[in-house]
Amino acid sequence: MTGNLGINGDSAVALAWKQVDPDVCAAYPITPQTIIVERFSDYVADGEVETEFVCTESEHSAMTVCIASASAGARTVTATASAGLAYMWETLGIASGLRVPLTMTVANRALSGPLNIHCDHSDVMAARDLGWIIMFAENVQEAYDNAIMAMRIAEHPDVQLPVMTNLDGFILTHAIERMTPLDSHTVKDFVGEYKPLYPLLDVKNPVTHGVMDLQDSYFEHRYQVNQAMKASANVIEQVFKEFGKISGRHYDMIETYMCDDADYVTLTIGSTAGTMKAAVDELRAEGHKVGAVKLKVMRPFPAQKLRDVMAGKKCVAVMDRHLIVGVSGPVFLEVAADLMDLPDCPKLVNYVYGLGGRDVMVEDLKQVYMNMMNDKQDKVNYLGVKL
Amino acid sequence: MKTVKTATMGGRIVEPGSAMKFETGDWRSHKPVLERDMCIDCLTCWIYCPDDSVLVKDGKMGGFRYTHCKGCGICARACPKKAITMVEEDE
Ligand code: SF4
Ligand code: SF4
Repeated sequence: MTGNLGINGDSAVALAWKQVDPDVCAAYPITPQTIIVERFSDYVADGEVETEFVCTESEHSAMTVCIASASAGARTVTATASAGLAYMWETLGIASGLRVPLTMTVANRALSGPLNIHCDHSDVMAARDLGWIIMFAENVQEAYDNAIMAMRIAEHPDVQLPVMTNLDGFILTHAIERMTPLDSHTVKDFVGEYKPLYPLLDVKNPVTHGVMDLQDSYFEHRYQVNQAMKASANVIEQVFKEFGKISGRHYDMIETYMCDDADYVTLTIGSTAGTMKAAVDELRAEGHKVGAVKLKVMRPFPAQKLRDVMAGKKCVAVMDRHLIVGVSGPVFLEVAADLMDLPDCPKLVNYVYGLGGRDVMVEDLKQVYMNMMNDKQDKVNYLGVKL
Repeated sequence: MKTVKTATMGGRIVEPGSAMKFETGDWRSHKPVLERDMCIDCLTCWIYCPDDSVLVKDGKMGGFRYTHCKGCGICARACPKKAITMVEEDE
């Protein structure tokens, strides 16, 4: 399959899975992830893939099946959103702690309540400390590309960690965009054959997974997870480079836009990064020295890359599509901790925006830059809330 | 001692049968003691012991593996002849 497609983000992820043909998919449908699972179960029913598709009764069970099947030695995928991710919570830590290299797509949606089905990052941000590699997509193309690259990253012997690829609910999951898929042979060659480490089904070399791990070794195992997470940065860059060769699409853990000579810079995750570039274009046309950074990979946290870009700027606004109630946005805290010992640390401000799918327009984002330039803002700001 | 360098990835046990190396005998507060005269060698105790700590010699009850017996007392309960008594360790 080559040429361009008009396709929504969920269908693009399902297409990526179809081209990979993973061994196992265990999932439970939840808006706005539903189309991924529906499309993929079509492929299974039509015999277009050989995947074992397991319909579970909940997301907790889905993740449990995924952990078990990946531990057994099967390449395993799943997808969820919002409350589904929350329901998986305790098993997410098991996946990383037991070093299970499965991949999951999350269609970002607000956590209840009140009940809301639209985009924000409260689901993934509440799961950010659990040892998963976390990637985001700005558009449908990236959602497709990430789903393919994630397998190579997760399964690398230096990593052996689960990978979560995020795409913004409805904004990307349901909107039809132009996308250029790879042909299926190229995808299969790129992901290669899955070679599990210590699979449970290797009866000649019996192993036990998931044993009790008490005071004398739990700490060491968590430290190993931390080491693997840090080591994954090199693997991610390598996989991005190889993917660039086969696709012509070159990614980095952060993407900078007009930052070199900029005095005022924003940091954004997900689809808003695209809107932010439009805001930068308009302000640049008016002669303002502004730039934008997109955080594509949040775990591992690309600390040095951000320091290199942000050092010496006048002001940096961190955009958070999630609110740690009573504190600020979470990405703001991480950026502040990262930059605080820079001798030329910029002024840092936070904008919490877009909760529950609240639209954010180019004009809103231009206002963020204007506030920075006029220094008319608080440390933590709530963009678009009707006070 | 397990260190970051020696601990297995994810705490996996990659050596089969390694439970033999982990001596659980010092967990015990009571130890099983056999009254040889009362025993009919039915091996019910061997079937019930959750820690493989009843020894069998030539098809007969052969005492206990005290390096691993946790002193749970299941064998004493299960014995149809009440041939096993649990005795406090420091007695
Ligand atoms: S259960 Fe009692 S009688 Fe039977 S073998 Fe064990 S000690 Fe002997
Ligand atoms: S006390 Fe428990 S562990 Fe010890 S021999 Fe009897 S059944 Fe086995």
